[in-house]
Amino acid sequence: MAEHATQMQVSDEIAITISKMNKWYGTFHVLRDIDLTVNRGERIVICGPSGSGKSTLIRCINALEEHQQGSIEVDGTLLSSDLKNIDKIRSEVGMCFQHFNLFPHLTILENCTLAPIWVRKTPKKEAEETAMHFLEKVKIPDQAMKYPGQLSGGQQQRVAIARSLCMRPRIMLFDEPTSALDPEMIKEVLDTMIELAEEGMTMLCVTHEMGFARQVANRVIFMDAGQIVEQNEPEAFFNNPQSPRTQLFLSQILGH
Amino acid sequence: MSDTHAQTVAFVRETEIPEAAPPYAATGPVKWMRENLFATPANALLTVVAAYAIYLILAPTLPWILNGVWTANSLAECREILQGATGACFAVLTERWPQLLFGFKYPSELYWRPSLAFVLLFVAVAPVLFFDLPRKLLIFTGLFPFIAYYLIWGGTIFVPILALVGCLGGYAVYQRFVTGSFAAGFFGGIAAALLIWYIGGLLIPDGASENAMLTPVPSRDLGGFMLNMMLGVTCVSLSIPIGIALALGRQSSMPLIKVVCVVFIEFIRGVPLITLLFVASVMLAYFFPPDSTVDLFLRVVIMITMFSAAYIAEVIRGGLAALPKGQYEAADSLGLDYPQAMRLIILPQALKISIPGIVNVAVGLFKDTVLVSVISMFDLLGMIRGPILASTEWNGVYWELLGFASLLFFVVCYGISQYSQWLERRLATDHR
Repeated sequence: MAEHATQMQVSDEIAITISKMNKWYGTFHVLRDIDLTVNRGERIVICGPSGSGKSTLIRCINALEEHQQGSIEVDGTLLSSDLKNIDKIRSEVGMCFQHFNLFPHLTILENCTLAPIWVRKTPKKEAEETAMHFLEKVKIPDQAMKYPGQLSGGQQQRVAIARSLCMRPRIMLFDEPTSALDPEMIKEVLDTMIELAEEGMTMLCVTHEMGFARQVANRVIFMDAGQIVEQNEPEAFFNNPQSPRTQLFLSQILGH
Repeated sequence: MSDTHAQTVAFVRETEIPEAAPPYAATGPVKWMRENLFATPANALLTVVAAYAIYLILAPTLPWILNGVWTANSLAECREILQGATGACFAVLTERWPQLLFGFKYPSELYWRPSLAFVLLFVAVAPVLFFDLPRKLLIFTGLFPFIAYYLIWGGTIFVPILALVGCLGGYAVYQRFVTGSFAAGFFGGIAAALLIWYIGGLLIPDGASENAMLTPVPSRDLGGFMLNMMLGVTCVSLSIPIGIALALGRQSSMPLIKVVCVVFIEFIRGVPLITLLFVASVMLAYFFPPDSTVDLFLRVVIMITMFSAAYIAEVIRGGLAALPKGQYEAADSLGLDYPQAMRLIILPQALKISIPGIVNVAVGLFKDTVLVSVISMFDLLGMIRGPILASTEWNGVYWELLGFASLLFFVVCYGISQYSQWLERRLATDHR
């Protein structure tokens, strides 16, 4: 499995730089002094106990959450409160959510073409071709005319991935994409994500799928209480964790 | 399959039993009656009681309706024809028909104008209500308010044309500047429209209305059910967009907009409609410059629209609150800006949830238009209470007149409610 990861190239070009980033919910200090540099082509898995701020961290990257201190630079654009900047970054960064968040009033195809048509001003026909291309990639082109409510959870999550890909993002964020799925559907979603990784997509995944982390990630980050506790290559991270907090966490989730 | 089991099981059927017809009592009307009317002794008893109640109601009313007199010139004449037998005096409806529909001052030779506007209303509303119709029809919907104004009020054609030009000019300015900033587009558009109306107002020659092609009819001559329809249609169609704007404003992260919307909604909801109507008829004049004469109809429209917009805003706020936060986040994460996210993702879903509530307000608003009779406008109820019941010929024909008014309102409101149910089914795509 390890050779899988080495096949995938990481370039020297920097995709995301986060430095000295702090965030508070009211008076609660959620993220503390986060420093993180992500190179293009990296597949990073972020894990940690619930409430450790992993979701908040990746939601800060596309400004779904506001940070109060420090800086985040995505693709050379500095995240500020300027709405134009935010919309630009959001259109470059795709995101998949735990609960898919497909638009229930639109068909699968319309879900996929909406943003390209309105944000990128792509002609409708071209947008539909792109959408069908990505729907084929996630292996559900035959559901294009159905509504999200008619699909299974795994299919919905794959549509959500295709919807993000239709914007041709340079970075993909995954916020616990398999946590709301049945075990047999987890595999079909993970397969899609692995394929995406093999094509060299820059990915940040919050997930508890440690098998996926071993197979795909080139770096695993462990977070606790709003800070990055440990980060390492998957082999070293799983076989030889350094901090006691990481050891405890790994023993708990790998123990059974 | 039967081969393998034939030796191990005790009995194997080789032939099929022919299909038999169900017993008589298990099908048809008998089955229906058994299940629905006489399922249990208590059920049977209730059925009998209900049948008796229906009989009690119909026994006097049916002859009253069927025996009704349709042609007579006064109540006295009706009674003469009936000669003591039970019977309604529907003659009042036929004799006062135009008054019930158009009021008593609208010139009778001009009845064709509001009637034509009424027919065109259906053409204009159709593409809005049934979105399978070709979208090009919406152009007529856009023109309809100006056509209807011209038909009903008459006067010089320059007024509706000027109004239309002002709207188009404002829209052009809005389109030009909205890409830069929404506020610039919005206020620029309003300013441009006002400017065009002001300059255009100076250009229209003074006596233009007197020798116009369509004889002008002043607002105080409008009346009857026409007035209810006009108020209902105008106020519903104005209050839905205003209600949406208020609901979104109430959610805004900008404190000023939020405060303005909250204060407006809470204030208007806290005041009875009748009070607002009295304000419109009596007091609003104090707020305008001394020599300006803002039409009473316009004042009433403003008040009713504000009133129902506040209610609709709260209904839509409920719809907005019912949407999961993930929908906002998904729209944001795809890079849609605020107007796009609202128009394409949030409002279609929130409005769908709000349909029953909006229809509830719309039906209520339509019925509330009869309240204008209190401020001496002669709508359907105003006509019945005033000129018709007060006349010597028809003094005392309450049942027939008020029954007719109820029937008219019922037909319209039931139609609205049926449409909304169809719309909900049509929009049901969530397959829950």
